[in-house]
Amino acid sequence: MTDKFISIEGIAKRYPGADGGTTAVFENFWLSMSRGEFGCVIGHSGCGKTTVLNILAGLDEPSEGAVIVDGQAIEGTSLDRAVIFQSHALLPWRTVLGNVAYAVTSKWRNWDRAKVKAHAQTFIDLVGLTGSEHKRPSELSGGMKQRVGIARALSITPKIMLMDEPFSALDALTRGTLQDEVRRICLETGQTAFMITHDVDEAIYLADKIFLMTNGPGAVLAEVVENPLPKDRGRIDLHRHPYYYALRNHIVDFLVSRSKIFVAENPGHDPRHVPVVRPGLNEPAIVAPPRPVDVNSAQAIAR
Amino acid sequence: MSASLRLRAAIVSIALFAVFIGIWHIATRQTAAVGNMSPEYAKLMGVTATQGKSAMPGPLDVGAKLWEHLKRPFYDNGPNDKGLGIQLGYSIARVGLGYLIAVLVAIPLGFLIGMSPLMSKALDPFIQVLKPISPLAWMPLALYTIKDSSISAIFVIFICSVWPMLLNTAFGVASVRKEWINVARTLEVGTIRRAFTVILPAAAPTILTGMRISIGIAWLVIVAAEMLVGGTGIGYFVWNEWNNLSITNVIIAILTIGVVGMLLDQILARFARMVTFPE
Repeated sequence: MTDKFISIEGIAKRYPGADGGTTAVFENFWLSMSRGEFGCVIGHSGCGKTTVLNILAGLDEPSEGAVIVDGQAIEGTSLDRAVIFQSHALLPWRTVLGNVAYAVTSKWRNWDRAKVKAHAQTFIDLVGLTGSEHKRPSELSGGMKQRVGIARALSITPKIMLMDEPFSALDALTRGTLQDEVRRICLETGQTAFMITHDVDEAIYLADKIFLMTNGPGAVLAEVVENPLPKDRGRIDLHRHPYYYALRNHIVDFLVSRSKIFVAENPGHDPRHVPVVRPGLNEPAIVAPPRPVDVNSAQAIAR
Repeated sequence: MSASLRLRAAIVSIALFAVFIGIWHIATRQTAAVGNMSPEYAKLMGVTATQGKSAMPGPLDVGAKLWEHLKRPFYDNGPNDKGLGIQLGYSIARVGLGYLIAVLVAIPLGFLIGMSPLMSKALDPFIQVLKPISPLAWMPLALYTIKDSSISAIFVIFICSVWPMLLNTAFGVASVRKEWINVARTLEVGTIRRAFTVILPAAAPTILTGMRISIGIAWLVIVAAEMLVGGTGIGYFVWNEWNNLSITNVIIAILTIGVVGMLLDQILARFARMVTFPE
């Protein structure tokens, strides 16, 4: 289980700054995942999450360092790494079937029409869009569009699925259904998945490992949180599990306060050996008592 | 609601047309004083001088003449007397040929400019200088180098219709959504296949808009170009009928130029609708 299926090794991303210097979004960034794992990155906007994902996808290049997937350094994009885009990115002039078939023909160039269609149909059925094959993206709801995006990504049977906040533009109900679908598909197929999210509950439900990133610029991977909840967790009773609030509070605490001060408080933080934590029953150990409200200052503000 | 609006608009259009025809008819009906002249002299003069009739034809004259033209559009009585259909045919053929060559040049070149920031920057000064030149200013140069008036006219059509297509294609190609390009990249789609399967469909509405602007300009320019080169075509017809002092034929030519221009525009509009995709 300790094999590194994905290994991000010391990557940095720098942009030219306004005053001639460079601004580093992150430096010396290390991250690894095993085969079949579901990893979620959580961090505030601007911490470089999307940049990490784009580098992993091959859409962006690191200023330094390398990414190794399945024993090979990646170079550019690959059909082994499918991306599910936040904005679904369907080609609006193609039908649902056309969009999925486009991916299929890109991977298997010499397949005949019937074979491509049958293969695409399998994945359209898998995401529950049977009957909508000949609709165009403009005729679909946001959730259905994202289902097509998922079908397109899965249809090329990638080694890794990369998801950049895939459900953030959807309403809560649709988001829940799609999370269920993604979880089901990943468990059934043993898919390795890497996802960026803002949603703590999404991360808890889906991820095996949650990567906590501090605020950028100069963001670091602060902690790897192992999900202590059982693999067969369900959406309905997730929040009743004894570890649920321990895990949730740990992540929320990080996002609310520790993400800002982590770098300053941990000068000896080794980005190569990021602490792995597994929140248990005794977390959160200390909850600071609520501060008494200063009546005078509150009145001053009201005035 | 929409049907009734269309109906009301049609009624207003017809009313406006009737008013226009009426005013035209009344304005050209009046007669001026006729001076005394010897019959010998009167034979040499037109009806304006002998009967005091207005030189400007009325709607009925134009209608009668138009009917004559429509009955025999393709007669050919020698170089200065050809049917309206033949003249229009020449003009449309010139526009079609010049426009087609412009499409073949502008769209690939526009792709190059749109896809390559280097070429975009390198070609920009040339385009900026060449674009505002009146196409007719090229005519003497074309006549001198090509030494054929008909091909010169085609060249002028080419040069005037190439710019809107070129610029629109370059703009459409350059502004294809990044995410669609990224989809193609993650699917390892090669450059050529990407150009045809992602960039072309995505930029097609913008390209067609450029093509529609171009056909309009080409049709505007052909009339002027044919007035210069002469021989055949609707532009030559206008000028020839002016020299014949046949205002009726000039009006008919103006009318047909408008109708054909509208048809050309509608054809391109239909193509544009075919490639437009809802988002």
